[in-house]
Amino acid sequence: MTDPHTSLSHLDLETPEKPFLDANELVINMGPQHPATHGVLRVILRLDGEKVLGLECVIGYLHRGVEKIGEHRTYTMFNPYVDRMDYVAAVSNGLGYCETVERLLGVEAPPRAQHVRVILTELNRIASHQLWLGTHALDIGAITPLFYTFRDREEILKIYEKYCGARLTTHAFRIGGLQYETYTGFEKEVKNFLTFFRPKIDEYEELLTTNRIWVERTKNVGIISAADCIAFGVTGPVLRASGVKWDLRKAQPYANYKNFEFDIPIGENGDTYDRYLVRMAEMRQSVRIIEQAVGALPEGPIMAKVPKVMKPPAGEVYHSIESPKGELGYFIVSDGSTQPYRLRVRPPSFVNLQALDMMCRGQLVADVIAVIGTIDIVLGEVDR
Amino acid sequence: MIAKLKGNYGSGMEALTYAGQNHMVVDRSLIPEILQVLRNEEQFDYCVDITAVHYPAREKQFDVIWVLYSFARNERIRVKTQIVDGATLPSSVPIWTGANWLEREVFDMFGIKFDGHPDMKRILLPDGWKGHPLRKDYGILQQDNEWVQINLGIESGQ
Repeated sequence: MTDPHTSLSHLDLETPEKPFLDANELVINMGPQHPATHGVLRVILRLDGEKVLGLECVIGYLHRGVEKIGEHRTYTMFNPYVDRMDYVAAVSNGLGYCETVERLLGVEAPPRAQHVRVILTELNRIASHQLWLGTHALDIGAITPLFYTFRDREEILKIYEKYCGARLTTHAFRIGGLQYETYTGFEKEVKNFLTFFRPKIDEYEELLTTNRIWVERTKNVGIISAADCIAFGVTGPVLRASGVKWDLRKAQPYANYKNFEFDIPIGENGDTYDRYLVRMAEMRQSVRIIEQAVGALPEGPIMAKVPKVMKPPAGEVYHSIESPKGELGYFIVSDGSTQPYRLRVRPPSFVNLQALDMMCRGQLVADVIAVIGTIDIVLGEVDR
Repeated sequence: MIAKLKGNYGSGMEALTYAGQNHMVVDRSLIPEILQVLRNEEQFDYCVDITAVHYPAREKQFDVIWVLYSFARNERIRVKTQIVDGATLPSSVPIWTGANWLEREVFDMFGIKFDGHPDMKRILLPDGWKGHPLRKDYGILQQDNEWVQINLGIESGQ
């Protein structure tokens, strides 16, 4: 009798160059329920010991059919749905959507509304980066930053709550401008926040920038070159950390970003550490923008003249903004009725996540966690 | 650029502008060549998005749209073509690596296949799902009940 452990007779030997079992290769399933995948992301890892040979992302666990819903709601009714995509940057989503529909309608929000939009969107960028920093550091093993960032993010959420009653899915903007006038003391509170927040960024940096464990865990981890970023369509801080000075707020200004002075921080190596530095610098730039906007808040109406029943003329428009994650685009086809004929969302997280496989090859398993964190994905936006 | 392309391809393409945005409608047969030319000669090195629109009443039921951007020119352009139901398109993964998931999503939602794609399968919906939800004849409440019953053990997800 042949020993089943030594005999190969039960194996398919017709393709000997491809052994069905490679002793060095191990396939491991990570997620979908895993605290370090920032949602329900499933990653199938092919490992050689601790080394990653390749990986495949399985997504769609949070798919709610946002685009299909959009085709069955009026333009106004769909507005709150966009907040549920990238739920940590709901204000940015709303800005992108409102501006796209405004473009279809041919209206422009009045200057005061534009200013308030910029203030709230930049506050949102800070909040999103804070949440990213806290959770990313937590994944890598530093618990303290989480408490710091969530404590400070609370101040931004308080401003939102006072402004529109919601903290997370804010539905802050309306097509044509704003629903609400700013509350009494809004400017003062935003200014107070800036004074409060500026030293906090230094505090975060003190915890991490020269921290030896942090540097060892992030330097030269998950490197992606500028050329690869462009080939993959990767945008946002990941692209900038690879040395490409490209930000839609400068390249194709929307809202009234062209009125404000700010720099585009870039990195050199395109590794996890550089992406960390870029996002820290971006928070400082956001503070700069808010400071200018809140200091020169014009008086005037907050809503442009838009019809109660919106029927944009038939046509199609693609418009995109720089969300905290990258290029967030909306492509809307109108057939002249009250509902979009087709509404497509171009999510930055979805496209950026594609590069994960390339960034993780040759790295260790523990680095996969760091790289997932550094791309800054939100699964609500990946799956829509 | 448009004049040059028009000179080369003549009646196969049409250049349009709407709301300050440029797009061109290109004949299906010219698509592989035009995308290649836009990438290599006109520096449209970033494929922003690939998507489709379904018009069930038309003979050529689908519009497929590529949104392209050029870093060098700071310019965006949309390329649109029309295809019939069941027709395939050449995959643009060899031109832009990032087209991979975008094409898979178009296949998942519309059932349009891309020839030469390295891994043409569903991306957001489960592998065994029946139907393509973003087609207009797929109702908003409709779902693959069979899949739901087998995999989730419930009568209906609604």
